[in-house]
Order: sequence, then C-alpha cells, then structure tokens
Amino acid sequence: MTFAASDDFRASFFEECDELLEAMQDGFVCMVDGSSDAETIHVVFRAVHSIKGGAGAFGLNDLVGFAHEFETVLDHVRADRLPSTDEILLLFQQCGDYLTDLVAAARENGSADRARSEALLKRLDELSRTSRGPSADASRAAPDAEDFQPLALDLGDLDLPQDPPPSGWLISVKTDPELFTSGNEPLILFRALSRFGETKVLARTDDVPLLSACDPTLCNITWQIELHTETAEDVVLDAFDFVLDCAEITITPLRGSPEIGLTPLIAEPLSNPAMAEDEVAHVIEANQARSISAPVDKPVSLPPPATSQTIRVDFERVDKLINLVGELVIKEAMLAQAVEAIDLPRANDVLQELDGLKQLAGEIQEGVMAIRAQPIKPLFQRMARTIRDAGTLTGKTVRLVMKGESAEIDKTVLERLVDPLNHMVRNSVDHGLEAPELRVTAGKAAEGSITLSAAHRSGRVIIEITDDGAGIDRNRVRQLAEEKGMISPDVAMTDAEIDALLFMPGFSSANEVSELSGRGVGLDVVRSEITALGGRLSVSSEKGQGTTFSISLPLTLAVLEGMVVEVAGQTMVVPITSIRETLHASAAELHTIGADIRVLSVRDTLMPVADLGAMFGFRDEQMDLEDRIFLLIETDTEKSCALIVDALQDQRQVVIKSLETNYCQIDGISAATILGDGRIALIVDPEAIASGIAVPNPVAMPISAPTEGVAHVAI
Amino acid sequence: MSLNVLAIDDSKTMRNLLGAALGRAGFTVDFAEDGRQGLDRFDQSDPDVVITDINMPNLDGFGFIEGARKLARDRIVPILVLTTESAPELRARARSAGATGWIVKPFDDQKLVWAIERVTGVGGAT
Repeated sequence: MTFAASDDFRASFFEECDELLEAMQDGFVCMVDGSSDAETIHVVFRAVHSIKGGAGAFGLNDLVGFAHEFETVLDHVRADRLPSTDEILLLFQQCGDYLTDLVAAARENGSADRARSEALLKRLDELSRTSRGPSADASRAAPDAEDFQPLALDLGDLDLPQDPPPSGWLISVKTDPELFTSGNEPLILFRALSRFGETKVLARTDDVPLLSACDPTLCNITWQIELHTETAEDVVLDAFDFVLDCAEITITPLRGSPEIGLTPLIAEPLSNPAMAEDEVAHVIEANQARSISAPVDKPVSLPPPATSQTIRVDFERVDKLINLVGELVIKEAMLAQAVEAIDLPRANDVLQELDGLKQLAGEIQEGVMAIRAQPIKPLFQRMARTIRDAGTLTGKTVRLVMKGESAEIDKTVLERLVDPLNHMVRNSVDHGLEAPELRVTAGKAAEGSITLSAAHRSGRVIIEITDDGAGIDRNRVRQLAEEKGMISPDVAMTDAEIDALLFMPGFSSANEVSELSGRGVGLDVVRSEITALGGRLSVSSEKGQGTTFSISLPLTLAVLEGMVVEVAGQTMVVPITSIRETLHASAAELHTIGADIRVLSVRDTLMPVADLGAMFGFRDEQMDLEDRIFLLIETDTEKSCALIVDALQDQRQVVIKSLETNYCQIDGISAATILGDGRIALIVDPEAIASGIAVPNPVAMPISAPTEGVAHVAI
Repeated sequence: MSLNVLAIDDSKTMRNLLGAALGRAGFTVDFAEDGRQGLDRFDQSDPDVVITDINMPNLDGFGFIEGARKLARDRIVPILVLTTESAPELRARARSAGATGWIVKPFDDQKLVWAIERVTGVGGAT
C-alpha cells in the first residue's frame, strides 16, 4: 500500500507546502536585504528539503526532481562551498518562484513548464559544478534511490546462469567488534531473515575470549547462515543494508540441501563442531520460541500530540460565529432600548448589568473578528515575485522593501486584494520606475525601490505602494487625456485632478503597450475592485521623487461605521467614510439648472443634489429644500453629490446583512442592517447614487477654478 | 507484539505519513517535531525503536542520536534515520553518531516495517 491513497494527507501536505514556501520566501527576503543570519540558509534548505520529502511520498516526481537539484545547490551555499552572491540569490528566488508554481501545479494535478524547468536546472547544474569541495561531485553522483554500496563479494563460486537456481544462500557474517554500539543486533537480523525461508545459523565462537576476559559490549562471534529460499541474492543482501559498513558479508549459492557443519562450501572445518551445533540448536530453538507471527491489531495513536500552537477551523464555522455575534450585538441594543422604555431609576442594577453586557458583547465581537484577521505578510511576499517578474520583463532591477507587514486584515479582504495589488505593483515597476540608465543620469541608484507598507489608522488599514521613480508626468497625463477626449483643453486643473485622471476608464499612459500593461486592465478596474471592498484608492506624487498609491480599507466586511439618518419617515444608514461634510443650506445656495436638476453651491462649487426620499419612492418629488440637512458625499470615483435627509439620528457601527442573499439587489442600496429597536434599515451605496444622478455637462460645471479641498467635482 | 515507536520529523506531512503507516502496522506511535523535543520524548516514553529525520531545526538528527546514545544506559535502542539522502558520507555520519540503520524516503509501508523488523525482530501487520 502506498500513501497516495490518502486525500487528507495530501491536502495537509499542500498546506504544509504553503508554510514552507513562505518560510523559504522569508529567508530569501532576509538574504537579499542583508538581515539574514547563519540559520537563514538552513531554514530555506530545510523548507525545500521537506517539500521534496513529502512530494516523494505522493509520487510528485516533477516536484521531487526540481526540489532535489535546488536543494543540492542550497546545500553548497549552506556548507560554504558556494558564495551567496547577488546573482545566486536571484537564481534562488527564481527557483523558489518555480518551486511555488510546481507545488501549485501538483496541487491541481497539472504539469510542469518544461522549458522553464530546464533553463533553471541548467543554471543550478552549472553552479553545482563550480562549487568547491569534493562532496559536491560525490553527492551529485549519488543516485537518489535506495542503492547498494559496493561491498566485498566473494563471487568465486558463483555458478553460470545455465545452472539450476540455487536452493538458497550461504551467508557468512563477520562483524566489527563495536557492532552493538549502533544498536544492531545480529540475532534479530537473522530472525528477520526467516521471512525469506528456513534459516539455520551457526555461530563461531573461536574468537570469544574466556569469560573472565570477555567484554560483553563487544561482538566477537562470526556467523554462518544457511538460508533456504528462492529469494534473489540482492534482496537477501538488502537485509544486511544496515550492517554493510561494519561487517564483512559473503554470500554464496546453496545447492542441494547441505546441513550446516557438513557443507563442503565451508572451506574451513569447525574446530569444535559438537559445541557449535549446540549453539545452533540453541539459537534455532530461541527463534522458534519467539516465533515471528503477525502481531494482533493494536489501537492506533494517530495524530501528533497537542504540541501545535494553532488549530484549523472551517471558515464556514467562523462566518457563522460572526453572524451570530452580530445578532448578539443587535439583541443587546434592542434590550437596552426596551429597558430604557421602562424608565428605571438611574442606579438600578439592571442598567449596570446591561452596561456590562454591552461591553462584553463588544469584546466578543472584536475577538471573533480577530479570528478572520490574517497578517498581510504573505500577500506582500507574493508581490516580491510580481516585482521580480516585472523587473525582468522591463529590464529594471527592483528592490522590494516591506513595512508593517505584520498588520492584520480580514482574510476575505486579503484574498480579494491579490489582483489589484498585483496590478498596482506591476504598474509601479512598469510606469513608476525609470530605466536604470535614466536613474543614474538623475543621480539615483540604478536599482529602483518599491516599498509596500501597511498600517492601522483609525479602524482602517492603509496599504501604500511607493516607488522612488520619476513621479507622475502631469503634462503628459493631461495631454493624453485631451487626446482621448476625456477633458477639454481649456479646463484649468489642479495636480490632484490630473492625478485622478489615471483612474479614469480608458486611460493608459503607456506610450506603447508592453507585455505588462497590455492586459487590458487599467487602474480604473483596480479602483472599482478596491471600492467593492469598501476601500478607497488615492495617489500622490512628487516630481523626481516618486509616486505613492494609497489604499484605505475597512478592517472587516462584516461591520460598517455608519450615520443613521431619517428620510421621509424611513431610517437609512450612510457609510461614514463617504461623508465629507454635513450642513444646512439656505435658499441662496440652492440653484436649479434646466427644468429639474437641482444643485447646491458649496464654496463656489456646484454639487448635484440627490433626494433619497424621492429616489427610493418614499415621497413625491420636489419638496421644499430649505432647512434640510445635506450630507456631502465624496466617492472614490471623484463624483460628489449632496444627499438630502430629514434628520440625523446617530453615528454607530452596524452589522452588515446582505440584501442579495436575503432579498434581491436594489440599485443605490449596498446592504441592510438591523437596528437596536429591531427595525431593518437599508445601507445606502453612495457610489451608485453619485454616479446615478443626472449631471450636466461636466466641463461646464465649475463656476470658478476649484479650490484644493473640493477639487473633485469637475471630473 | 506491539512496538512503541518514536517518530521525529519537523514536517507535519511526514509525521502524518509515518503515523498512518506505523498505525497500520499495529505499532503505537509517539511524535516529536525536532531533535530537542525528540530527546525529551525519548527520555519519557522509552520507545522500542526511534525513526528520526536528519534536517530539523533546534537539534538535527545527528544531534538527537548522539544525545540519545548518551541517555540510554541499560540497552541500546535502535534508531533508524529517515532521510532522502543516500549519499554514503551521510550514512557514515549517521552511523558514527550511533544510528542503527536508515530508511530512504519515499518509503512505503513494507519498506518501513521491514526496516523496523530487522532492528527489533518484530514485524508489522502488513
């Protein structure tokens, strides 16, 4: 039976591979940035070695083959037979990338990219050859299978193949006296031989000293074994594998059925046959008494003892828990409201206990959210690969710097960040960094640098991608946008507005379509992916210094900080992150353009007005706008609008309940929540509302040059 | 007759596989994740035979064997080295540390049990 049968073990193997690959990548990062210590290369070696070992057990031969060659060169570096130069480190990283791909391919039962494999193997092989020291060749020459070491075989009497097959083997064993110290016990070994057939063992005790002079830890006996079997010579010899290096073993074919002590094959007559026969009888008797029958089934103790610091939990269970905790928080709020309605005296115990409950519920919620949180580091590490590949394609050498990679973020958010981040990092290498010769001309190091940083800021995670390139060429961006008809040539624009053009659909500043940017995906797609996660994407850039893309994300997708508002008797929630300002407006600040488009003038900028009550059919159109409350909404698409609401109730965290799974999708509404009093409130989708309302010709919009703070209206 | 086997490997996959194979053979298995933990378990659980990996953090297989040989006094417990290497110098090093024999990865149930049988005299249920 082989191990390949077990799917569970296979899955667990691939999980372990992920950990090992991460450790390997970690090691490479340390080795590249010089923070590695003596242990680092050992960790990397062990990771590759363990992958090879496991892969072997599952018959993943592509993986085994490549890991073996990779490991061989790692071993040379580990043993100081090869220096860890930049060139070798780069090759290691490429090999690490390929190994990662091989693991992924094996997981999907896919196959390897032969050309890539061969190219890497060739370079590994070259390195192996240049390594110092004799063991390099030795280990390369050694086959990886369970081979035999050459041994002194006395084949003098071996008959020609035409002869009838021998009826067994006569084996003589002469061991080193120190044999016992290795834990080898010849009698046990001889007993094991009985699986091949009947054995007779003769011990020659000629060299055993007198009892008074005998050291029991030394082995001074030599044996002759008559093994009656049809088993092949090499298989029998294989049984002696463990003692080949500390014993002299001779094997000759046995013909007929000679008895030990009488066989003519034993050249030298025994000095005291009678005593020897006694010995043999004794050994054989002992053998029979402790017959080697199969043991009865024994309870199996399978999984390793609880030495692990982690447990694996199905995501569904965690999600269910999160949902339940959400309900708990809502119930707690409902209870608080109900208690409030009874109007208890202030010092009442119930109120105090309720306070305690509220605090506990909050802590439980936080704790459960933390279960879903995962460090951002593996995501950043994946980018190392992207940067390397992009660097190779564009002929730039790029160094990755990571900061704050231990910050944690919801697993779902993390997974959905892979594509956008990949794209942005590629974009930074391709468009952000200059070519090496241009960098040198500008007085910079030829090697570009891309910094990935993560930090928690006021309940959100901020991820920044910073390059030290030339910065955004705003003249060029503007020119391109004009060529594409995205803006009219006579509009005055701030730097921020020009930068924002990068996120517009259809914009690409690449002069020619390179292999990297030719994927038909622009930053606008990245932005909408980020927005879908409740995040915001912005950019800042300084000429000659570089560009920073900044992603601000909520810690979780399960709760949302919202403003609870009242609209025509309905309660709704507006995400706090999209509210820029709340204000009352006078008649003078309200204008009507055309027949029915109403706009609000805020510090010389006109904003379209959206009446939530009318939009969702809570009331008829065109109510009196005076003395209403306006929420100024700012979205990532740089579209802004003013929402009219009747009253502000509260600012609080709400648990997001999907509308799509419980009801259906509604335009302008992103989800629902349950309020403290048990009522359902809809959560407004500001993005959809801002882009859904009719906007007059955008180019004509600004009535004066927009100021910095409210710069985003025009586009 | 059942054996108590101590299996030492830093790879969870390997521990899983060893546990399953040894379990199928009717043996009882104890585990350790590196050489240092292995020495602790070796001292406490008094195994009949040990199977150990070589490349491990904290204390490698060679270190474990040397340590175990210093610990055991009244008998010499067979120690089998589990390794993907078959290079002669590696075996020599394991042997000089006090290893009894070796199992080359990848192994199957039969290969594993046969190696154990040759050093303990006890065959498995396969």
